[in-house]
Amino acid sequence: MQLELTAEQDLVIATVRRFVREEIAPLEFDLDPDADELAAADKERLITKTKAMGLYGLDIPPAFGGPDIDLVTRTLLAVEMAQHRAGLYAPCYGTFGGAGLAQLFEATEEQKEKYLYPTLRGEKRGFFGLSEPSGGSDPARAIQTRAVRDGDDWIINGGKLWISGADKAQYGLVFARTANDKGRNGVTCFIVDTDTPGFAVRRIVHTLRSAHYATELSFDDMRVPASNILGELNKGFAIANDRLTKQRIPYAAGCIGVAIKAQEMALEYVPQRETFGAPLSSRQSIQWMLVDNEIDIKQSLWITLEAAAKADSGENFRKQAAMAKLVATEAGGRVVDRCMQMFGGLGVAKDLPFERWFREMRIRRIGEGPSEVQRHVIARELLGSSLR
Amino acid sequence: MSIRMHKPWLGIAEAKGLLRGNLGVYQLADEHQQVLYIGFAGGKSLFGLKGEVGHALQRLPQACLVRWEVTSAYLTRYKELLMLHRHDFGELPDNNEPLPLGVLRPAG
Ligand SMILES: Cc1cc2nc3c(=O)[nH]c(=O)nc-3n(C[C@H](O)[C@H](O)[C@H](O)COP(=O)(O)OP(=O)(O)OC[C@H]3O[C@@H](n4cnc5c(N)ncnc54)[C@H](O)[C@@H]3O)c2cc1C
Repeated sequence: MQLELTAEQDLVIATVRRFVREEIAPLEFDLDPDADELAAADKERLITKTKAMGLYGLDIPPAFGGPDIDLVTRTLLAVEMAQHRAGLYAPCYGTFGGAGLAQLFEATEEQKEKYLYPTLRGEKRGFFGLSEPSGGSDPARAIQTRAVRDGDDWIINGGKLWISGADKAQYGLVFARTANDKGRNGVTCFIVDTDTPGFAVRRIVHTLRSAHYATELSFDDMRVPASNILGELNKGFAIANDRLTKQRIPYAAGCIGVAIKAQEMALEYVPQRETFGAPLSSRQSIQWMLVDNEIDIKQSLWITLEAAAKADSGENFRKQAAMAKLVATEAGGRVVDRCMQMFGGLGVAKDLPFERWFREMRIRRIGEGPSEVQRHVIARELLGSSLR
Repeated sequence: MSIRMHKPWLGIAEAKGLLRGNLGVYQLADEHQQVLYIGFAGGKSLFGLKGEVGHALQRLPQACLVRWEVTSAYLTRYKELLMLHRHDFGELPDNNEPLPLGVLRPAG
């Protein structure tokens, strides 16, 4: 793995850093501290800029019109994009576009025309519907939503819990059981239009997260054409796994970005703030918090970049991605917590971003596979088939 | 699980004595309990719900009933109440500005 950035990487990272500091952060002065959206005019103006920078749709492969940038560089950019108040769950308020978990790269040409291309153009949004009330850690066994074949259609009954963005989506990936197999071989991925009769978003699930709330969905005799199966019948779990594994790297990068910003703020603050006649920075207990932050940040950054480099090389990166997600989400939580402590009362006030980062960072240890599940994935990779 | 606001409607004078500086959401209504406005007291609100309801009443002197929920999830709850109103009545309350919202179909 190359440890030094190329001149090209330096340039693109500096461009995004400037964009975050000069375009995004100033808008947050006027927004509610929990806001997850920009005013439409601001968003449009900034998208024009990210397109002009050639960086719109960063998670989209070049074959589909995304920029030709390796994953290591994209990871470093994701670290930059998270360095503002809403940065953990709404990095740059979506002005860099992208498809997130609802990517449809194995879609048929017809499905691509209907769903993928409009998503890449920013005209449609998708959701990722895997978790259910019966459990999200082990979806292969927990999925109870059932799809039953009826002529050229499938009839889907059941529900999903925790699904982000479903109320604003035009379509979503719904994982349903299509065979009697109780594990990963009986699950199929359907592309479902949200205006299909029987589809309903029942409620918002209010959590610690301010941005992109989760929702609860119900499916009552929802009729979906067989042509809307994504990939192969009964092979949907592999699609879910693929998305979740890839997503672990940008997920980790977001936590690192927030941790870097929090540490930067603390490093500015502690030499200025005095207690008992001396600046906080002169106290060893404060210095050690800064040192521990630095170590947490560097460790998670290197592990995450290693995962990205492994993915770039085309090798199996499941273990590295799980390690990155595990280490960065836990380290991010510790760093934000220490920074809050150094800022005292201000650290927990809505005047500064720490309290939002603290709440939202807590979700990162659960969302997209809890820490224990990441450890389970790593152990499986280490021990191989003896553990399956 | 019902997502409707179940707090009792209160007259303005009584409400003014009870409102505090908390974060939260509120609804203003006319004498027929027809919702005129849905608002929230967020991280930038001076004096929280007390301040926000006070300001809203200055703009909407016709409102004579108010109810509220104290919640730190004020933004997501605010959007949920707006979506719920649109589900029930086909549009937002007259005094709410248009906002990009999703679509909810509550069970009850
Ligand atoms: C805000 C938010 C947004 C979300 N968005 C989405 C979305 O868009 N789409 C989607 O499909 N899902 C989404 N999720 C769901 C998320 O992926 C699940 O919450 C997560 O996978 C955990 O599932 P669960 O909540 O059912 O917990 P459970 O599966 O019930 O697990 C509970 C706890 O048990 C422990 N545990 C689990 N397995 C093991 C093990 N093998 N060994 C030891 N301990 C274990 C963990 O600590 C875990 O937290 C979202 C969740 C949240 C909170």
